[in-house]
Amino acid sequence: MTNLFVIFLSMALVNNMILAKFLGLCPFFGVSKKTKSAVSMGLAVLLVMLVASAVTWPIYYYILVPYGVEVMKTVIFILVIASLVQIIEMAIKRTNLTLYNALGIYLPLITTNCAVLGITFINVDQTYTFWESLFAAGGAGTGFLLVLLIMSGIRERLDLADTPLAFKGTPIAFITAMLLGLSFLAFKGMV
Amino acid sequence: MSSFAKNFTKGVVRSNPTFVLMLGLCPTLAVSTSLDNAIGMTAAFVFVLVASNILISLIHSFVPNKVRIPVFIVIIATLVSIVDLMMQGFVPALSKSLGIYIPLIVVNCVILGRAEAFASKNGVLDSIADALGIGTGFGLAIVLISFIRQLLGTGKLDLFGHQLFSIPGFSDNPISILMLPMGAFLVIGTLLALFRWMGVIKND
Repeated sequence: MTNLFVIFLSMALVNNMILAKFLGLCPFFGVSKKTKSAVSMGLAVLLVMLVASAVTWPIYYYILVPYGVEVMKTVIFILVIASLVQIIEMAIKRTNLTLYNALGIYLPLITTNCAVLGITFINVDQTYTFWESLFAAGGAGTGFLLVLLIMSGIRERLDLADTPLAFKGTPIAFITAMLLGLSFLAFKGMV
Repeated sequence: MSSFAKNFTKGVVRSNPTFVLMLGLCPTLAVSTSLDNAIGMTAAFVFVLVASNILISLIHSFVPNKVRIPVFIVIIATLVSIVDLMMQGFVPALSKSLGIYIPLIVVNCVILGRAEAFASKNGVLDSIADALGIGTGFGLAIVLISFIRQLLGTGKLDLFGHQLFSIPGFSDNPISILMLPMGAFLVIGTLLALFRWMGVIKND
């Protein structure tokens, strides 16, 4: 049990997807301009990461490994994630229209989000058990949501700040990300 | 200028994937800790980009429009698997230090973006020019970032195990924050501001 908790915390804070592993940078800079869209995107990523890890784990260990075709994991995983995203989108549209309006447009973007494919590869690389990969995915998704939320809050205020002309917009967002990463470095002693 | 040269130069400066389009940043930032990694990543990236552009420009006329994205993704994923296995076999050390960023070329938005925006509408020769141009732009950006990070972050410059030179006195006390992940954000943010200030790229 402590093991699962440690995996969760280390994926969320220490090995943060965005700040330490540089995964999912496109949505990080693309949708972090408004808090509302940042939360929707973060929640959508968390959801897809959990489902993707739960589905790719049995595929890898019960189909790819017994037949000795682990090399196919890149092709199989990306297809599984792409179709999962479609299914989740349809399911949400049918069952909960409010949720669909909040997450809808972000779901198709997630297919090419490297954080989602990244977490399935990390699960395989670290030879996590089924529950460990679920907690790793939950931690990674939570960390992604957290950093996206903090970043969007900062960027809303940055728009009003008097930054030098050359730094306006994306360059200052990169510098902000660096400072955010420095402060997250403090979590390193935790686990 | 011939269309080959025009398509090539366009990718290097005016639509540079890293500094102008801001696409495919994940590998650029993650593996730019040393020149070796940067060159290895560029080689893998250019191979996948050129090969996928060639294949897609050849088959785009008889792939139904509705299923084109899944078809493109399977082609790209197959090419990435080939690169991944080749690197594991021939340059195991490099493959180990690039880690999951090699299989993650699959979801690099630049490659799918070129397939969708260029190769699926143009002929083979133009697609090759486009891929080489974008690949060169990507390579120059990642080599520049890793050059700065390695030079200032360690105080010396190594290339495939050979030390090119080291800055006397500085290599004992380098700016080691540049070798940490957040150093990449600092370098790319400053470079971007510098290019804007020089007028190489426009403000958004």
